[in-house]
Amino acid sequence: MIIDTVKQSKIEPDKDQPFAALGLKEEEYDSIREILGRRPTSSELAMYSVMWSEHCSYKSSKIYLRQFGEKVTPEMKKHLLVGMGENAGVVDIGEGLAVTFKVESHNHPSYIEPFQGAATGIGGIVRDILTMGARPIAVMDQLRFGAPEHPDTARVVHGVVDGISFYGNCLGLPNIGGETVFDKVYQGNPLVNALSIGALKHEDLKLAKADKAGDLVILFGARTGADGIGGVSVLASETFDADGPSRRPAVQVGDPFAEKVLIECCLELFAAGCVSGIQDLGGAGISCATSELASNGGKGMKVQLKKVLLRDESLTPEEILMSESQERMMAIVPKKHLRAFKKIVNRHEVEYSVLGKVIRKDRLLINWGKEEIVNVPPRTVAHDGPVYERPVRKPKWQKSLNEDSVQSRGLYRANENSTDLASQFVQIVSSPNQADKSYVTDQYDRYVGGNTALAYPDGAGMIRVSEVSGLGVALATDANGRYCQLDPYQGAQLALAEAYRNVATSGAKPLAVTNCLNFGSPENPEVMWQFKQATTGLADACLALEIPVTGGNVSFYNQTGDTAIYPTPVVGVLGVIDDVARRIPSGWQDEGNNIYLLGVTKDELDGSVWAEVVHDHLGGLPPTVNLSHEKALAELLHGASLQGLIASATDLSEAGLAQALTESVLRFNMGARVWITEICERDAVDKTAALFSESTGRVLVSVGREDDVKFVGLCDARSIPVLRIGVTDNTGELEIQDLATWKIDELRTPWKATLPELFG
Amino acid sequence: MKIGVVTFPGSLDDRDAARAIRLAGGEPVALWHADSSIKKVDAVVLPGGFSYGDYLRCGAIAAQAPIMKSIIKKAGQGLPVLGICNGFQILVESHLLPGGLIRNEKQHFVCRDQKLRVENIDSAWTSEFQVGDEITIPLKNGEGGYIATEETLKMLEGEGRVVFRYLEVNPNGSMNDIAGLRNERGNVVGLMPHPEHAVEPGFGPDSPVAMRSGIDGLKIFQSVLKSVITA
Amino acid sequence: MPKIIVQVMPKQDLLDPQGKAVARALERSGHQAIKAVRIGKRIELYYATTPTDAQLQEAQKIAENFLSNGVIEDVVEVFIEQD
Repeated sequence: MIIDTVKQSKIEPDKDQPFAALGLKEEEYDSIREILGRRPTSSELAMYSVMWSEHCSYKSSKIYLRQFGEKVTPEMKKHLLVGMGENAGVVDIGEGLAVTFKVESHNHPSYIEPFQGAATGIGGIVRDILTMGARPIAVMDQLRFGAPEHPDTARVVHGVVDGISFYGNCLGLPNIGGETVFDKVYQGNPLVNALSIGALKHEDLKLAKADKAGDLVILFGARTGADGIGGVSVLASETFDADGPSRRPAVQVGDPFAEKVLIECCLELFAAGCVSGIQDLGGAGISCATSELASNGGKGMKVQLKKVLLRDESLTPEEILMSESQERMMAIVPKKHLRAFKKIVNRHEVEYSVLGKVIRKDRLLINWGKEEIVNVPPRTVAHDGPVYERPVRKPKWQKSLNEDSVQSRGLYRANENSTDLASQFVQIVSSPNQADKSYVTDQYDRYVGGNTALAYPDGAGMIRVSEVSGLGVALATDANGRYCQLDPYQGAQLALAEAYRNVATSGAKPLAVTNCLNFGSPENPEVMWQFKQATTGLADACLALEIPVTGGNVSFYNQTGDTAIYPTPVVGVLGVIDDVARRIPSGWQDEGNNIYLLGVTKDELDGSVWAEVVHDHLGGLPPTVNLSHEKALAELLHGASLQGLIASATDLSEAGLAQALTESVLRFNMGARVWITEICERDAVDKTAALFSESTGRVLVSVGREDDVKFVGLCDARSIPVLRIGVTDNTGELEIQDLATWKIDELRTPWKATLPELFG
Repeated sequence: MKIGVVTFPGSLDDRDAARAIRLAGGEPVALWHADSSIKKVDAVVLPGGFSYGDYLRCGAIAAQAPIMKSIIKKAGQGLPVLGICNGFQILVESHLLPGGLIRNEKQHFVCRDQKLRVENIDSAWTSEFQVGDEITIPLKNGEGGYIATEETLKMLEGEGRVVFRYLEVNPNGSMNDIAGLRNERGNVVGLMPHPEHAVEPGFGPDSPVAMRSGIDGLKIFQSVLKSVITA
Repeated sequence: MPKIIVQVMPKQDLLDPQGKAVARALERSGHQAIKAVRIGKRIELYYATTPTDAQLQEAQKIAENFLSNGVIEDVVEVFIEQD
């Protein structure tokens, strides 16, 4: 093995280096040379290339992500213990407790190898949460697949769902919800986003920093092998063009058992106070962990790379630095705690090796035996990467797409034909995106931990954090790529509004936001425009709703050939609830309750499920968002639930009232008689809009007769439009007057059958 | 009343089992796989999870753990032992119960609220039920298909050793819809569904009374507390 | 490195759901000639030097007592393989 050393770089200063093949631009390579005052060694080149990749450096997105930190009020920051920039944000939920949560993408690996890609996606996000000093307590996943009937979709669905099931279940983390969406735009580029949430006491917070010279640098967990070498820069930054030279390295293989042991081991290390800083190894492996720990602590590090325990002895130093072997962590351990550290890792039979120590000088020094192979300022690797303000341009097609509305097309509405309208109803609620998702969610453990208060099919997931007080958190995530294609600014706000509303309908108070921004290539100015619009829309809406973004992830290059996916900013909202026993059910449970529709219905069918399923149409403008109304609505729900006035609440979003009615009736098998004529009269809309419009700011609630007056009074006091549209009953039927009467099973059977028929 | 809960590497429902014991009125005692003593407990629960990642075969590596030696010995002397899911697999691999558990018929993990019928109450863990009781308990497994030779099945059925049977849906292809078994003496019971997830209102399966409020699993833990007192 | 190979199969008369699922998939993709599939395990035990007869016997025991579960599986073969 010929090793390129710092000494060698001076002897041979003009050696040709394959920076382009590693994904670096010429200017980037030049600036590395400038930083170092010489050419980089091959190990340094490997480190910079991987750390300066889009995936690790956020070089194209940084200037827009800043808005999330800037558009905030002091009030919004009140609950933030850790904001953006760390592995995950940390939010104070009271009682001395905090939660940390984040959503991350694993899109590209999941297309190439769906099972391992999705599995290691879960593994990675859980380690991020663990790194904050938290015990991971739940996961959710946001999945987007190609057209359901396309022959390749089943391969990806089976692989991804099996992978999540295999890894998540084995970790013992309840899966409390998520999204499963099908659309042909994701055919060659599925989206696999995973969210994890963890809980900790305030004083247990850990940060990824090495800030005390003399502390030891210890790598522990799985051994390092040839997994996903260069995966970070190559896999995540290149598209799936099958032609051209294949630079796809092996994807990583996950070992959930090793991760479970690692979680328990780390929590014990934290409790014993053994570590002063900790970082997980994900993308960019040791390169990332060493440089970030040192840079965050404002210190340096001296590391002997030969001390790394290897699975494959033939790995070169460059490969060791870039390896993405899973289930590894790097700890900064004060010398006096080494003995305690060893005792705990040995008890868990976890392997470790002391790689080196923290040094005062801010240099990252890595040796391979006696040879120095890396000597760089850590900040230049970890944080001072390139920042680009890429060109933006509103897409040429945007205007014509927006003009091609449901109205201008004159798409057929079955207002005068009850039979057609009723069959559209069933067709829509049993279409793949609206149908029962338990084919997917039943492959995940939602019970483990014994703290799951809400999970699918409820609109939000809810987890108890304190068994003493019942204090808990609710989480919902949303994204609608179709809306975002029509208007990325508004689309991102719609995603936030829906997730926010879902959390509010569960009875929790929305508190913080995470996001996973899935877009096409940033080198395409039209995609960059979409990104700019979406992030601006989201930041503005967060400010209006007064909930801060605590962290997230950007995934670019989601495209097949030149065709980008719809912009898909997945937005997750976290809420807090003082006692999960107070949670609001998402369906009708008792007969004789009044059913109220809160909010106003407009004729907003552009981009809707109705337009897609009935007319295969996408055009026009997405529904409008009224954030101050959303806020008032959330406050009303919170207030009413504190007084115990609401028996159930379901938010209206995709497929509008039709979907909300279906879910409410199917949740607990409780029937109802409903009328929509008053909606049509008050809001001046036709039946199609009353049933299928996707106007925002609407919630369907059921209220016991005894609480009626109080509830309506509460709505009036807050100027929330309220309309009684039905009564629950135990006839075993859903009757919509002047339209149709279905036995509950006539809705349940097609709703349940869709996904098993496609993929079972 | 002290009930030990063994944690193996990869155990997941150990804290849940401890909570269930507490809610039933017992005192849970944490036991560690690498220890050989079971600390004078009055009964033992082998909880669910993926011990050792379920590598080789589910429960096979855990069955070799030091603590299993004393559990097997004490079980022979009448110590009540309950194996839940992975714990059931460990009991089978330890030959405390006959037969085997293989991959679900449909080839994937299933999590569902499962209806069961109580078939036999002559065991330390089922005495508080009535024969024929229909209960709902969460089930979640990937390898829960119970199999045994015809001879063994005949013996199990003949001796009334099937304690729980799946109702309405057989979720994993188990022979004779078997969900749980006991040994001859009745002190050792293994079952695939998770009673520890149906012990606390608000966090269990849906029940006719309220959402997620089924607590049918509690009686399993109450049974052993009673049987230890009367023994 | 010399090794002992242990081959384990699910018992002939017991259900092998994995094999059944693969058989069904093969049938769907047109491989009508394949009538059944059964899936077992091959386990490799590595030794520093060529295993002795005693070690082979020991491996046979390990195979029967630990690597397989006699209730549901059979050890079909244990043999030495040289590279």
